[in-house]
Amino acid sequence: MSNLIILPILLPFIAGTILIFFAKSSRLQKIISTVSVLTLVVLSVYLAFLAFQDTIILEAGEWAAPYGIILVLDNLAALMLLITSILAASCLFFAFGTISKKREKFYFYPFYFFLLVGVNGAFLTGDLFNLFVFFEVMLLSSYVLIVNGGSKYQLRESFKYVVLNVFASALFVMGVAWLYSVTGTVNLAQLSERVAEIGQPGIVTVIAVMFFIVFGSKGALFPLYFWLPRSYFGPPAAIAALFGGLLTKVGIYAIIRSFTLIFYHEPLFTHKGLITVVAGLTMFFGVLGAVSQFDFKRILSYHIISQVGYMVMGLGIFTPLAVAGAIFYIVHHMFVKTALFLLAGATEKITGTTDIKAMGGLIKSHPALTWGFFIAAISLAGIPPLSGFFSKFPIILSGFQEGQWVIAAVALLVGLLTLFSMMKIFGYVFWGENKLTEKQSKTSVTKLLIPIAPLVAFSVVLGFAAEPIFAYSLHIAEQILEPSNYVDAVLKE
Amino acid sequence: MEILVIVLAGILIGASVYLMLSKSLLRIIIGTGVLSHGILLMLLTMGGLKRGGIPVLDDSVQSYTDPLPQAMLLTVIVITFALTAYMLVIAIRVYKELGTDNVEEMKGVPRDDD
Repeated sequence: MSNLIILPILLPFIAGTILIFFAKSSRLQKIISTVSVLTLVVLSVYLAFLAFQDTIILEAGEWAAPYGIILVLDNLAALMLLITSILAASCLFFAFGTISKKREKFYFYPFYFFLLVGVNGAFLTGDLFNLFVFFEVMLLSSYVLIVNGGSKYQLRESFKYVVLNVFASALFVMGVAWLYSVTGTVNLAQLSERVAEIGQPGIVTVIAVMFFIVFGSKGALFPLYFWLPRSYFGPPAAIAALFGGLLTKVGIYAIIRSFTLIFYHEPLFTHKGLITVVAGLTMFFGVLGAVSQFDFKRILSYHIISQVGYMVMGLGIFTPLAVAGAIFYIVHHMFVKTALFLLAGATEKITGTTDIKAMGGLIKSHPALTWGFFIAAISLAGIPPLSGFFSKFPIILSGFQEGQWVIAAVALLVGLLTLFSMMKIFGYVFWGENKLTEKQSKTSVTKLLIPIAPLVAFSVVLGFAAEPIFAYSLHIAEQILEPSNYVDAVLKE
Repeated sequence: MEILVIVLAGILIGASVYLMLSKSLLRIIIGTGVLSHGILLMLLTMGGLKRGGIPVLDDSVQSYTDPLPQAMLLTVIVITFALTAYMLVIAIRVYKELGTDNVEEMKGVPRDDD
């Protein structure tokens, strides 16, 4: 029964391994990957249902909790798995229509699934060093996917991306080493227990900041975000969308996990001080970057940075309401951001460029694309009936409740600037005089819109059905803010 | 003994940061190699450099050294090895395609198509 929870790791791993053998046959690859990604979606829905009833633990090799590696499926992990599989399915179907034969031949699909192995593993694991290994599985696949195709720009920027991540991973190992020397364990539950026993002295807070730097550089927080817009510009839209939806959120998930489970004893310094300040700066500089750009993909990449700031801000305020808002925000952001990147890819397919000044008047020839983009864009900015509003509202509300006036004001201002830059895209690309040639306006992208439609629909549903979903994220927030739930489930005390 | 190894690791990490901030691709890759050595030394030292038997089960041995850091170390070595190999290949491709190994010249937005 509890063996089920290894399937989100095992299934994409097996699928990726099988796909290596059929690398030359495009049709076979598409069939195998479709079947496995759809199985993954069904499986993760079922797992989310199971996790809602009780936290599930899997002890690898039947070694009891602190000695062996364990996998833990609580509500937060189940929710992240569920969104991951939906995004993976939709980006995969988009990739079928857009990835060129040349890229496909060079093991695009196997590495796509190995990336999912890393992401799912990072969500499920209950062991710090195992988390590092799954991070590396995810990053190695992302290195290959980001350079797949080998254009000059991709080669150049992916080298920087690789070096930065290698450095951050080295710091991760150093953090694990320090924490091991202080506590003598790498099991997350036992770490939580032992740090609680010694009451988080100064040295543990130093290690906490070290982990914040490591996960912050994976999740593109304030001083460490410079690599993101450049490296996400290179790869094709399907990959950029998957990265934009997933990779930074794994870093954010790791921050939320470690700062609610282990390092929660000095909230005045770590949460209310460091995390909140970094969140404010991340939001502000990210959105400033977006406002200054005139390139479709780059604007969206800078928006990832500013949106990540909201999630970390929710954690920084550190009340159940704010953390629930942050979780809701992750859900909303992953759907909407992936949809926007895929829409940018569809637009690029029509016009052949991502420079928004070179486009115009798509609303006449491609109304479905236009209105899809419009819904996603105003949802990102946080206009009431859509999901963006209900995810920003609890965060900013609890900012005011806790008397954090500055950060709440920054969050409101950033919302305004987000709206401005999304409307800039809308004005340049979809409105205005028609700059399309005859052939371009005849290009049909209906096939590409089918995988995007569910993502946009989810954004609308999350908005109109905000109450049950917010209750669910509040349930998750209360669960993770009480670390004894996790510790007792794992160590069975 | 621990102090000595920590100082050595510090020197290695300092040297690697200096190398990674240089302009040549190859120096940066050497820098990541030196960095991983420093980190691995740290990981080994943090388990404590107590004297004891090698962690192989033997009835005559009373105390063993801590086996966990050694297991973690082996994993990290393999991962770093894979990463270094990958980075070297990328560096060769970058040199072939862009015709330079100077990071200073890798700027701007080239609009090349694939």
